[in-house]
Amino acid sequence: MRLDLTHIQRWIAPESRVLDLGCGNGEFLELLREQRQVRGTGLEIDGDMITAAISRGLNIIEQNMDQGLANFPDQSFDTVVMAHALQAVHFPDKVLDEMLRIGRQCIVTFPNFGHWRCRLYLGTRGRMPVSRFMPHMWYDTPNIHFCTVKDFEALCALKGIRILARDVVGNTERTPVLAGTWPNLFATTAIYHITR
Amino acid sequence: MSTAHDSHSVGIVTPQVARFEQSLPLACGRDLPAYELVYETYGELNAQRSNAILVCHALSGHHHAAGYHSADDKRPGWWDECIGPGKPIDTSHFYVVSVNNIGGCHGSTGPMSINPETGKPWGPDFPPLRARDWVHSQARLADYLGIDCWAAIVGGSLGGMQAMRWSLEYPQRVRHCIVIAAAMKLSAQNLAFNEVARQAIVSDPQFAGGYYQEHNATPSQGLALARMVGHITYLSDNAMANKFGRDLRSGTLEQGDQEQAEFQVQSYLRYQGNQFSGSFDANTYILMTRALDYFDLAREYGNDPVAAFKNASCSFLVMSFSTDWRFSPERSREIVDALIAADRPVTYAEIEADEGHDAFLLPIPRYVDVFRAYMRRVGENS
Repeated sequence: MRLDLTHIQRWIAPESRVLDLGCGNGEFLELLREQRQVRGTGLEIDGDMITAAISRGLNIIEQNMDQGLANFPDQSFDTVVMAHALQAVHFPDKVLDEMLRIGRQCIVTFPNFGHWRCRLYLGTRGRMPVSRFMPHMWYDTPNIHFCTVKDFEALCALKGIRILARDVVGNTERTPVLAGTWPNLFATTAIYHITR
Repeated sequence: MSTAHDSHSVGIVTPQVARFEQSLPLACGRDLPAYELVYETYGELNAQRSNAILVCHALSGHHHAAGYHSADDKRPGWWDECIGPGKPIDTSHFYVVSVNNIGGCHGSTGPMSINPETGKPWGPDFPPLRARDWVHSQARLADYLGIDCWAAIVGGSLGGMQAMRWSLEYPQRVRHCIVIAAAMKLSAQNLAFNEVARQAIVSDPQFAGGYYQEHNATPSQGLALARMVGHITYLSDNAMANKFGRDLRSGTLEQGDQEQAEFQVQSYLRYQGNQFSGSFDANTYILMTRALDYFDLAREYGNDPVAAFKNASCSFLVMSFSTDWRFSPERSREIVDALIAADRPVTYAEIEADEGHDAFLLPIPRYVDVFRAYMRRVGENS
């Protein structure tokens, strides 16, 4: 289980209704079902992932977020989760608006492009960072909207989105203090609990 | 090619008939005095009677969904790709019931049956039917078989519409509803194609106002033409291009050649039409297309599909096929969206397939994978 997903769990109320955007193979929804008894729905576009998630007994909708979420009624879910997908959608700001319309609360995680390794890579080599966490070349990456912790908070301020909590995952298990103090430099993954 | 001895086949099957003496009140206001249902079953009903699957057939379908009627039967039932040991509807786990709808022409009471009041075939006087009439007639079959609640009701096309109707009419008797390549109602284009099909039949001189049986006639030409029109709508542009292209069956298109050239697709359509008209009843075709035309899932619920689905208490699997233009993916998404808004558990898969509407009958790998994965889930809590 990815660390960001383990972190998210505690923000989700037992027996609540959860929508997971880009749910992958349903690993997280399954965890929530077992640990929190939630009623979950997942959105996914990858066929193999969808089959895997169905095999876990989950309710999965094949739907592309980039084509909108208008089919989900206002405030119809307690929590809308989007883990590691914000940077891959065409209109991250519009997706955030939609998430906050559909869910009373939302949880967003994304890779922090402001991490010191990214900065060092770009600063010293002058090329787009490629790492274990961001393994794609610039021209074939699904990640088309990288942002930093600061960028995301600026967008929230601009849109009047309230940040209920922020959590970070550091480079290693040993660096949570650094990542907690200077998230924009030391967080590899940023995790936000937001509402409107 | 599969055979009756194949380990993934249900093997040789024998249709059975259930007779119901109690009259059936129909949506049109009339009563069907008594009726028979012909059906087949595959697999074993478990001790808890909790593993029963009802298969609903499409417009021109029937009860023979899987297996063979005899050892030298050339073709298996119409959904043999999906029903059998190890197949998505796995008969080593499920007890499958496949029934011919009333109004049909394969053994269940329909226009070809004798009207007890006149002693003659019903013909065009058979009462018009709605999908809900099939549902109610089949609920009695469920009683007869001792099935309180279906583990799943499964159907493609018109069968999918019927499955949805089941979920609203008998919510306590359905745990899962599987709706494949269907719609909540027909579009104007769908209605138009059905009208062309019916006109083809009624304008055949042999049709005799529908009383052709009494005249020992058969409107084969009209029925064949109706099927040809229908068949075009079951295939996609690509599927036809891949299968036939502009290939010629006879003649040439050389200048100076006076012989008429015939394209492969012409002969294919005529063959399909003729095959069909030899095995199907014209009055049934008219009755079934009308039932399809009149179907509107939400009509009795203030035309609100969300309000309609709030009456359902089962989980849904909805599947559509990318090149299906008869019941396009948009129609399936409308079903899914209504289910989401009604807060009903729903899973949706949109399968890339070149084969158009017919895809639901074919072993398309991703379709089979999704179907199988979902059916395992049905099996786990049955």
